[in-house]
Amino acid sequence: MDWLNAIVQGTLLGGLYALFAAGLSLIFGVMRLVNIAHGDLIVLAAYLGLTVTTATGIHPLLALAIVVPVMAAIGYVLQRSLLNQTLGDDLLPPLLVTFGLSVIIQNALLEGYTADPQKLSAGGLETASFALGGLTLGVLPVLTFAIAIAVIWGLQWTFYQTALGRAFRAVSDNQDIAQLMGLNRRHIFGLAMALALAVTAVAGILLGIRTSFDPSIGGGRLIFGFEAVIIGGLGNLWGTLIGGVILGVAQTIGAQIDPGWQILAGHIAFLIILAVRPNGLFPRISA
Amino acid sequence: MPDAILSMTGLDAHYGDFQALYGVDMHVDAGEVLAIIGANGAGKTTLMRSITGLLKNGPGQISHDGADIGGLRADEIALRGIAMVPEGRQLFPSLSVKENLMIGAQVGRKGPWDLDAVYKLFPILDERKDQQSTSLSGGQQQMVAIGRALMSNPDLILFDEISLGLAPVIIKDIYRALPGIIGEGMSAIIVEQDITKALSVSSRVYCLQEGRVSLEGGSDQISREEISRAYFGIE
Amino acid sequence: MTTTTYSVTRSSQAARVAAILGALVLIALIAAPWWAGRADMRLMGELFLYLSLATLWNLMAGYAGLVSVGQQAYVGFGGYMLFALTMFGGLHPLAAIALSGILGALISIPVAVLIFRLRGAYFAIGTWVIAEVFRLGFAQVSALGGGSGSSLPVAIVKSLASKRAMRESLSYWLALGAAVLVVTAVYLFLRSRKGLALTAIRDNETAASSLGIDIWRTKFIVYVVTSAFTAMIGALIFLQKLRISPDAAFSVNDWTAFVIFIVVIGGIGTIEGPIIGTLVFFLLRETLADLGTTYLIVLGIVAIVVMLKAPKGLWGLIRSRFDIQIFPLGYRITKRD
Repeated sequence: MDWLNAIVQGTLLGGLYALFAAGLSLIFGVMRLVNIAHGDLIVLAAYLGLTVTTATGIHPLLALAIVVPVMAAIGYVLQRSLLNQTLGDDLLPPLLVTFGLSVIIQNALLEGYTADPQKLSAGGLETASFALGGLTLGVLPVLTFAIAIAVIWGLQWTFYQTALGRAFRAVSDNQDIAQLMGLNRRHIFGLAMALALAVTAVAGILLGIRTSFDPSIGGGRLIFGFEAVIIGGLGNLWGTLIGGVILGVAQTIGAQIDPGWQILAGHIAFLIILAVRPNGLFPRISA
Repeated sequence: MPDAILSMTGLDAHYGDFQALYGVDMHVDAGEVLAIIGANGAGKTTLMRSITGLLKNGPGQISHDGADIGGLRADEIALRGIAMVPEGRQLFPSLSVKENLMIGAQVGRKGPWDLDAVYKLFPILDERKDQQSTSLSGGQQQMVAIGRALMSNPDLILFDEISLGLAPVIIKDIYRALPGIIGEGMSAIIVEQDITKALSVSSRVYCLQEGRVSLEGGSDQISREEISRAYFGIE
Repeated sequence: MTTTTYSVTRSSQAARVAAILGALVLIALIAAPWWAGRADMRLMGELFLYLSLATLWNLMAGYAGLVSVGQQAYVGFGGYMLFALTMFGGLHPLAAIALSGILGALISIPVAVLIFRLRGAYFAIGTWVIAEVFRLGFAQVSALGGGSGSSLPVAIVKSLASKRAMRESLSYWLALGAAVLVVTAVYLFLRSRKGLALTAIRDNETAASSLGIDIWRTKFIVYVVTSAFTAMIGALIFLQKLRISPDAAFSVNDWTAFVIFIVVIGGIGTIEGPIIGTLVFFLLRETLADLGTTYLIVLGIVAIVVMLKAPKGLWGLIRSRFDIQIFPLGYRITKRD
């Protein structure tokens, strides 16, 4: 029963990791950009949630109504003012600029909020649970998983059923020809980053309700998201959810063996999959 | 002289240190079909890239409808009503046939061309509309590329080497469809290596040679001899 | 009839002058224990170790196109090997430093086989995962103090030299020696056939492979050699610190972020860049360190601006203005009458 419990809890945890990964996957798919600051942006969203909830006293989930548009705006401005300048054939500029950005965000958060761990207070939601077939499931993890499914479904729908998604795919396929169709790639990239950071906002708030956070944890979140993307296969959003679940289950099983092994077990599962299936389980595009 | 919809004055183009066009003067009149011929490397594709803004050019070198478009971005030029059927078709592989056509309509210009009109012109595309564009034959892909350009309801459409890599019978089909496409008050530039084809559909022709205009005239007035001299530079 | 002859040469006037100056500076630096204070020597020792790390990272990222954000894996590994080999293997610290280099090379082989499957930016994050695995792994070893770490026993410290002043001098010389060794080795490597192959790969991967250069193998060798040296530098770093813990040993900020900023600001893809970058970095640190987090924000902004506005860094700006090369890699043609 302990093991079944670990698997179920790990699956639910995977929903959070899929949310970390979805934004990363989206921007890689549209503009081949890997954002090293992604984890720090998740933490930034959690802190924005903290500021909103303490200032207004509203529930963290309601704070999404403010944090999501703010993060989207940050994403658009960041892309148009900074990241668009780094795109090209050379690998170094995007990598080093987003790495610098990561250090800047992390230290700006330290400056503004100190290194003390913080948590978003969600009242009864944090501890609420229900029994299902002999297992006790937390309402929050179940809700997180449901949100992850909804977000990925929404991204998938945007990508394949809307004019915006068509523009994303066209720009991703061939930037020059997309320009000939009247698509300004700088604007399209800005919108893609805005959408990615909107998802990041959701991930940050759910992270903040679930566990305590401090400015230094961004790198770890980036790594979890990255592992979910690679396990699932590049460019496949549903694969990203499966990747998140595999990572989550590996972690909870690791923790079941020895609490110190939780994170390590997740990394090892990732490395094993990298060794046997270098393109992930369900690859759609090659890197 | 009727009003020119597009005119180039002293157009230069560079790829890094390499100069591909030298002071090209050219104009397209409203409603006319212009042919541009020339050997490989004469600068035809460079000229297309300059007109559409894929290659940066200086202000004052190209004007469209009387307004200077030199220095505009490609998407801004597309919004003004210049569309291109690029060499090698260059469809979006991750978009279906229908989506490829619809992306052409993204500029939002009003006009006679919509999905129904394109399907009427090329009925096969209606049957194949949900397929990935890459699963089509070369000729069908060319139809999608033409339809995609038409969907933006341009007033000037550029055809870059549309017969390249296609079977003769398909080239014949496409050229047969051209007059119906270019009607409706649209102007066109046709870039071709196949001189006979180019002359048969155009009213005027320019020949490029090593980045310069080497011949200009009415398509039915200039002689074979003049063309081969302008084409190959043989005196 | 006069004939003009041309000669193909690598050396330049500037390089010869620099070589003489460099030799003089080196002599002065070797003599530092007799003229510098203890605090200055510590600082210089640290500077030499950062210079070594920066030169090594530059070899990987600037020449081999292997952008790693996980070199802390080998710094920490080397540090832990120093502690393990001296405490449990009974080795002399100097032997332990040399051996940690060899062990670093050995462990980097399976790591490379695995993470070379990732391309570009994903390779970068993959290296970070490896560093995390090392950190979490060493935190599980209770003999080395687990998560809280351990100190180097006094007896081992004393085995280096019984007098404190002598130990400090020795540790300084080791750091200086490491920097000279690393810079010289990287310079000679880049001048060699293999090194030229590397530059060819950086400039055009497809063309290089069509010339018969085995890209995977060349990058693999660079990765393994860099890892070995980085592990040795790591051992030296923690020989200076005398205390190790997983968080300090595998710190991404200390051993990767700073190193990347040094190389980017100084000039990536040049040998001179890391040297200039290290000097600038320490200058900034010594003047702005009181600012704490603000200092890091400033550093991040400077690195971003340099990357976007002057991708060849400070050395690139200097070189484009004066056309000098202190470590000439390419050949140049000079006219002789």
